[in-house]
Amino acid sequence: MRLLTHNMLSSNIKGVTNGFPLRIEIEKVVEKQVEFNPDFLKNMFPKIEWKALVNASHSMGYVELPEEVEPSRLDSEDFLHKFHHALLELHLEEGALVCPETGRRFPVSKGIPNMLLHEDEV
Amino acid sequence: MSSRIAQIRLVSSHPEVYEPCDDSFALVDALLADRTNLLQHQPALCLELGCGSGYVITSLALIVGQEAQYIATDINPHAVKVTHETLEAHGVHAELINTNIASGLEERLKGLVDVIVVNPPYVPTPEDEVGREGIASAWAGGENGRTVIDKMLPVADTLLSKKGWLYMVTLTENNPAQICLQMREKGYASRILVQRLTEEENLQIIKFWRDSDLQVAEKENKTVPAKDMESLLSDFHIFPFLRGSHDDSS
Ligand SMILES: C[S@@+](CC[C@H](N)C(=O)[O-])C[C@H]1O[C@@H](n2cnc3c(N)ncnc32)[C@H](O)[C@@H]1O
Repeated sequence: MRLLTHNMLSSNIKGVTNGFPLRIEIEKVVEKQVEFNPDFLKNMFPKIEWKALVNASHSMGYVELPEEVEPSRLDSEDFLHKFHHALLELHLEEGALVCPETGRRFPVSKGIPNMLLHEDEV
Repeated sequence: MSSRIAQIRLVSSHPEVYEPCDDSFALVDALLADRTNLLQHQPALCLELGCGSGYVITSLALIVGQEAQYIATDINPHAVKVTHETLEAHGVHAELINTNIASGLEERLKGLVDVIVVNPPYVPTPEDEVGREGIASAWAGGENGRTVIDKMLPVADTLLSKKGWLYMVTLTENNPAQICLQMREKGYASRILVQRLTEEENLQIIKFWRDSDLQVAEKENKTVPAKDMESLLSDFHIFPFLRGSHDDSS
């Protein structure tokens, strides 16, 4: 699971109002090279919750992203490469996503999060 | 220029995962037939609901290219694993999520998806067969085969971007004309890209897109002009005459 996906996932349990961002529990992180595509990054940037991405990348051991960022930074090649790495190249391979409100764990196995709910959670 | 699609010999399998079938092939044929438009569309995010073996999302990724990002969901945990293997065997990537339709994505992915593809469980069955564990949930569609379809359509509407397109498989028993009219009320135009008569099934692949004229009509609470309605329905009326010809996509 890429951090792009983490940035797009919220806790889906019934009644939860603050389900984003999911906390990340890490057992295994892998890095996979992805072709650099600045247009995609510029396109996605306004849709990304920056703070969630920064914290998620921190928890995966990547500390290069600035805490705060102005859209003008998108002109910097260096910044785009860091954004690219955090968003697309860091994968949570094994671990869990944890609902920030209820503490419910959604397991991630072989890079695939399981967001299926139990009957009493729907 | 010819485009690569997923190769059957590289598609992974599992006893509880739907194998690519006529409906899957018809959906990929529709994507191929619409390839030029898809490339011009330059989608950033593409999504498949109910990816099964991964045949369709892999083909979409091969057709559109890795400049876009792909997400695929399935309610069946084996299916997302098999899809992962199929993607890897073709050297493409999609993010996979084991979930009900797009549960967990709806809030943050709202209005961001440029292309959605769906080959839903569309076979009319008793209602209690829908969503059971195992392979039956791959096809069991409840009354008129519409139970899962009718849950997926509003989700697609939520997730699609302003320029978003939806490609969906339907069966004649699903009453596709009525699906198109329902979508029309939400501001979508539609067109049948492929119709296919197999030994057992009469399949359509329908493409939906947001039509700004329809959306204006909806805001002003106007009804859809009767003339347009007729031309829409006539798409389905001509279908009986196509019986015997197997495919209109080539
Ligand atoms: C007809 S199969 C299509 C599989 C594959 N896309 C293809 O075309 O070969 C329908 C798929 O939808 C999945 N499915 C059924 N109900 C679902 C739901 N509520 N949410 C997500 N996936 C679902 C099934 O597990 C199955 O893999």
